[in-house]
Amino acid sequence: MIVVLAIGFWAGLALKIGIMAAIVPVVALPIIFAELKLSAHMQHRIGPYFAGGRYGWAQPLADGLKFFQKEDLVPDAADKMVYKLAPYLVLGAAMAVFVVIPFGPDLIGRDLDLGVFYALAISSISTIGVLIAGWSSGNKYSLIGGLRAAAQLIAYELPLFLAVVGVVIQAQTMSMIGIIDAQAEYQLFGLEIAGNAIAIPYVFPQFIGFVIFYIAALAELSRTPFDMPIAESELVMGYLTEYSGFRFAVFFIGEYIGIFTMSAIMATLWLGGYDPLFFDLSGLNDIAANAIGALVLFGKVAILVFLMIWMRWTFPRFREDQLQDLAWRILIPLGLANIAVTAFFKVVF
Amino acid sequence: MQTLDPAAMAHISEVSVSVELQTSDMTLNIGPQHPSTHGVLRLVAKVDGERVRSVEPVIGYMHRGYEKLAEVRTYPQITALVNRIDWVSGFANEIPFIVAAERLMGLEVPERAQYIRLILTEMARISSHLIFMSSYPLEIGAATPLMHALRERERVLDLLESVTGGRFHPNFNRLGGVKPAAGAGAQTKKVVQDLPQGFLQDTKAAMVKMFEICDDLEGLVTGNEIFQARTVGIGVMPADRAAAFGVSGPNLRASGPDFDLRKHTDYLPYDKFEFEIPIGRNGDCFDRYQVRLEEIRQSASIINQAIDTIPSGPLQAKVPKIIKVPAGEIYVRAENPKGEMGYHLISDGGRVPYRLKIRSASFSNLSVLPWLLEDQLVPDLIAILGSLDFVLGDVDR
Repeated sequence: MIVVLAIGFWAGLALKIGIMAAIVPVVALPIIFAELKLSAHMQHRIGPYFAGGRYGWAQPLADGLKFFQKEDLVPDAADKMVYKLAPYLVLGAAMAVFVVIPFGPDLIGRDLDLGVFYALAISSISTIGVLIAGWSSGNKYSLIGGLRAAAQLIAYELPLFLAVVGVVIQAQTMSMIGIIDAQAEYQLFGLEIAGNAIAIPYVFPQFIGFVIFYIAALAELSRTPFDMPIAESELVMGYLTEYSGFRFAVFFIGEYIGIFTMSAIMATLWLGGYDPLFFDLSGLNDIAANAIGALVLFGKVAILVFLMIWMRWTFPRFREDQLQDLAWRILIPLGLANIAVTAFFKVVF
Repeated sequence: MQTLDPAAMAHISEVSVSVELQTSDMTLNIGPQHPSTHGVLRLVAKVDGERVRSVEPVIGYMHRGYEKLAEVRTYPQITALVNRIDWVSGFANEIPFIVAAERLMGLEVPERAQYIRLILTEMARISSHLIFMSSYPLEIGAATPLMHALRERERVLDLLESVTGGRFHPNFNRLGGVKPAAGAGAQTKKVVQDLPQGFLQDTKAAMVKMFEICDDLEGLVTGNEIFQARTVGIGVMPADRAAAFGVSGPNLRASGPDFDLRKHTDYLPYDKFEFEIPIGRNGDCFDRYQVRLEEIRQSASIINQAIDTIPSGPLQAKVPKIIKVPAGEIYVRAENPKGEMGYHLISDGGRVPYRLKIRSASFSNLSVLPWLLEDQLVPDLIAILGSLDFVLGDVDR
């Protein structure tokens, strides 16, 4: 009996992992497409146009297929096993965050008590993937890129956590669902629309924390203006220089899944997650509530992703020492002050 | 309780102090295939982490031997060679050579031809500087200004093409004047071929766009805090240093001296127009950027003035069918977009030059690199390299 249960457990787990692995990369495709199309329009270009019939919607798929056809190069000087492992570590870490992202009241992998902590901890693992990718490539540009990435990601882990602490203090929980519920109940001045009380998302009381987290998230994701680990004009492609074909595609998809998960975490912690805020989901039946919840979350994620793309195609790149300066001398003290002020108000009121 | 011997303690602390982290410099080959070296420049950099200890530029990957080739080509053939030296401002390369040959022959170039040369030279300057405006922010990490600047450059290239038939390599100058324009219609004995219909009006309209793109770039790039953080105070080149290395053009003027051959020599009738020479104060990357941005405006203003005052008349002086340049020696220099370009022409009276020595701007401008890049960071290395605005064809010839 126990054996059967155990097999059932492992089979179920394998099935779940299989489904996740198949579905999760799909969320990267719209973001890749948005990046192609938005960057094109910001630069007075049309962007992808013919792929898929209209609007070039199939361009990300076509790019993906192209990567599959390419030769899978492993440099002679590379540490082969580590080199081959690195992309999956990055992709795996990005995908593992999905466990705690709530898409609806019931659409959540597992509502952990330490949900926020888990999300940030597991996403840090991708740092190791980037570092070993740079180290094992046997290329000097990759080495510099990998070391830059390590220094940058370690420096920005701190403001990331400090920004979250403010929210956790205010919500008095680390569970993702708990934080959303706390925001749904959080009201100021008794604002109403048609009898429904309007909830105030934490982006207003925790605005400083939100800004810190957003900047730190950009650095964690190596997005412009913090894209020094890749820095095309300096390091060719940084830690990605030697990767080609399928392995590069895995890195690429991992990067865009990272953008989605970071935006989803931000949307959950500061923008009320799946909760529409101006009416109550609990009055609806389960299917409707979950469907609307997922749509609301995707809408909020879309806004945050748009901001990231906008910044990428507008800003130049910082220098490595300026980035460290920003983290240690501005963001971390600001994050600590934010915690102190939040705690003060929590205790006094 | 165990007692600690102070003498032994001192010994321990001494040991821990005297042990240093042993590091060795890494040799980083930047180029010849690298996104930021504008072609096939190779920099052998000794780096300690991100700190560049020394840089040795390696050039010559693009040597095409134009000086030697010129000794076996007739004078009209050589213009086709020289506009491939600095290919982003091909037209400007022809001018000093053709002026040198004309002066040896004693030809009087008609005034209209001189004005056309001047207009097209300034257009070449604008297109060259717009290339810089697109590539430099890209090297700092901003991808979008590239598209905006290149789009406007396309207007200038279209105009150049409508007159000369070529976007990059016009090959338009003839000894004693300019070639009859490409779009001017059939040649008869009565109808003098001239600029294409509506060219002057189109040029004026395009110059309005040039002022607009300068304002756009000012908003998009110049005022950007990250761009300033990356360029202000980086790669400072004092005026005396720049002069010692033979740096010329916008790179020199960014350091302070208002040395511009358009004001000091008379290879083209620049004295008939009013324009300012933009100069910088600090000689850093930001000044080199800003001087070029301002030069686009000045060039557009010169073109506008030239269009307003262009005289009518012939395009060609009378020249013999077989061109032979009298024996003699001359050096003509001109203010090219990249800096001073000069041709030392020695003729023995034949149909080909005896010797043609080319002084190109980028070669001298690059010579300052090892001094300028010492003890900089790797990202600054790219920022400084880009700010010098060189073309490898102009370095290697």
